Amino acid sequence: MLAIDPAKKLSFNRLISNGDLVIVYERHDNMKAVTVSEGSVLQNRFGVFKHSEWIGKPFGSKVFSNKGGFVYLLAPTPELWTLVLSHRTQILYIADISFVIMYLEVVPGCLVLESGTGSGSLTTSLARAVAPMGHVHTFDFHEQRAGSARDDFERTGLSSLISVRVRDIQGEGFPSEFAGLADAVFLDLPQPWLAIPSAAKMLKQDGTLCSFSPCVEQVQRSCETLQNCFTDIRTFEVLLRTYEVKEGKMENLNGDNNDSNGSLPCKRRQRSDGSYAPDTSVSSVMARPCGEARGHTGYLTFARLKCL
Amino acid sequence: MSSSANGNNSNNGRVTWEGCSVLLDINDGDRLVFARLSPAAKLKIGNKNCSLQPLIGTPFGSLFELDGTSLSPLIPSPQADATNNEEIKEDGQPNAESRDNRELVDNNTAQTLTGEDIEAMRRQGAGGNEIIEALIANSATYDKKTAFSQEKYRRKKQKKYAPKVLLRRPVARSICEAYFKKYPSKIGFLRVDTLSLLLSMANVSANSDILVVDMISGLLTGAVAERLGGTGFVCNSYLGQSPYSMDIVRIFNFSDEICKRIVRCPIADLLSSKESPEQTLQVADVNDACNVESQSNDPMGATANTDEISHSPGNGISDLGTENAENENIPVIRACKATKAGEKAPQETIDSWKENGFSSLLIAAPEMDIWPLVRDVLPLLSNSAPFAIYHQYLQPLATCMHNLQLAKMAIGLQISEPWLREYQVLPSRTHPSMQMSAFGGYILTGTKICSSSC
Ligand SMILES: C[S@@+](CC[C@H](N)C(=O)[O-])C[C@H]1O[C@@H](n2cnc3c(N)ncnc32)[C@H](O)[C@@H]1O
Repeated sequence: MLAIDPAKKLSFNRLISNGDLVIVYERHDNMKAVTVSEGSVLQNRFGVFKHSEWIGKPFGSKVFSNKGGFVYLLAPTPELWTLVLSHRTQILYIADISFVIMYLEVVPGCLVLESGTGSGSLTTSLARAVAPMGHVHTFDFHEQRAGSARDDFERTGLSSLISVRVRDIQGEGFPSEFAGLADAVFLDLPQPWLAIPSAAKMLKQDGTLCSFSPCVEQVQRSCETLQNCFTDIRTFEVLLRTYEVKEGKMENLNGDNNDSNGSLPCKRRQRSDGSYAPDTSVSSVMARPCGEARGHTGYLTFARLKCL
Repeated sequence: MSSSANGNNSNNGRVTWEGCSVLLDINDGDRLVFARLSPAAKLKIGNKNCSLQPLIGTPFGSLFELDGTSLSPLIPSPQADATNNEEIKEDGQPNAESRDNRELVDNNTAQTLTGEDIEAMRRQGAGGNEIIEALIANSATYDKKTAFSQEKYRRKKQKKYAPKVLLRRPVARSICEAYFKKYPSKIGFLRVDTLSLLLSMANVSANSDILVVDMISGLLTGAVAERLGGTGFVCNSYLGQSPYSMDIVRIFNFSDEICKRIVRCPIADLLSSKESPEQTLQVADVNDACNVESQSNDPMGATANTDEISHSPGNGISDLGTENAENENIPVIRACKATKAGEKAPQETIDSWKENGFSSLLIAAPEMDIWPLVRDVLPLLSNSAPFAIYHQYLQPLATCMHNLQLAKMAIGLQISEPWLREYQVLPSRTHPSMQMSAFGGYILTGTKICSSSC
């Protein structure tokens, strides 16, 4: 997923080869991760797609099924991965993830601690942010989840940037070997306040912490605990409003030109340079917010370790 | 984090050094000042000119207090510190408290200490904190105030008589927030959550070559370079012959390795077919704004070493982003490094981009008609490359999205508008902040697909 090795730059028009992870795109709300395997097929409502026909095509290609249906094959990114990964837990989504990375000031070379790993949605973006020389140590007390996450990081090619360990972070705290070494700590735990004192020990001075909690009562308790060693404690909620765009014709009530009859078929006259030919019918591109949206994910509480 | 170039950057850039760029947060964000530390650098706080010398060699995150005439480090108390209760002022709701303000009469006679008295104390060498204590002792109403009003009173006096200066690291987050708060027009009203989303959606990651059209003073270029960490390239491209300003790039403490990865290129050169001879000529006489400024001598004395975003002490929000801010805030930080960010992209590099395509595209061009630009530069991306375009208006993005759909140039197209709400969290008094930014811009994202020919 990442160009950890500078010799294999992402920008090269890479061709799909056997064993590659591809994101099969049907529609923006229907995607799937597939590992290309010479003899395999992908079957969906559009028909049967032979993997062997994908090999050698560039990422971004449109490929066809036996019935003439088509999908696109995209190169995986952390954003696409978050949309296709298997949900073993609740996960963080793009708006929260991107804000967390920016607000924790995670940059290449950082050492980041995370708990719990969950489905690894955030971990994938953390790994991208610390690459190529940093590292993410992520902890979950659920052995099976930790194992599945490890498998996923193998599949997405991130295992050199991420170490997954099984540990009860609320009970035992982070391992002392990281004391004073972490640039940033991220918590997505049911009782984050239990892990905060340990997180404080792990951080470098002025290091950043973020705790994600769905409920305001959790935030309340975390903030009380943070007062002891942290400063610049701030809580946010981040959401996204998406828009749908369509071209439509508006009826012209003035009647000042005889083309204004709404029942006339509206012909788009767009020139190839993008400008519109003069046309008396009123057709325009319009945007409006989508009717449904995610209304709440969780609160993000950030803090900095006090300088003493 | 990178090592060299930042002088004695032994502590991962977490301790300041001489020549380092810093963000000074004065009195909890009332004033935000970018400065370059040097023994001679001075900053005017209130009516005092204080030396920034004591800040050199101290950890970022340190808090200083102006007590008397010089800045001295403030050791935070181990218990709850006042700065965390920042928003007490927002609601005076007393919590389980017996006192209320029914007896408070507001008639200007409450304070018996006069301005002359305070001056006299000053002459006798009283520090700021002593004056505050004297003001409290001489206030007839202080004891009758609720605890919250008392705290508010103390903080108000503290801002005036013992101002605090917080030393912050100039990174994408703090720089974007500072400009958004004090001078948003310079960065096209791009809010920090929107910036973060742009960087994620464009998959900005190590070893990638990112094509950028940055008409927001270099904030986007700097934020991308920060994420590349001295690998790959950020290609700051421009229409016409003169590059867009990249002032803000110099506020980051970039190492030479990172600076080298920020290059400039006219869009025309990227679009022209490979061995076109005239394009190199075209660029030779362009005045690189960045270089010119960094070579200029210091006409304004040492105090000019600061890039002040705000000149309105005690008033964080109101009169910023107005025209006067524009004139007063000419950025004057001078790069004192050998390597300059924003050299002309070498021809071999341009050729390799033409051959292999860029890994992604980022545009923040608030004044530009987006669609013709996108139509021209999108083919410069490699297939399956993501892109993210910022605009403060919805319509240009809607038109662009529609046309990309018709031309079948991209899939996964989406326009989104980030929404960010901050909360006050206090025991039994948790609620959303009374003030919020209602708008942080729109972004259009998508993935470039192979044209029918491939
Ligand atoms: C909501 S999930 C995290 C999701 C993750 N942020 C993501 O984006 O995919 C919470 C995880 O915390 C783990 N967890 C709960 N209590 C824990 C503890 N005491 N120590 C370590 N992990 C714990 C759970 O097993 C679960 O996998």
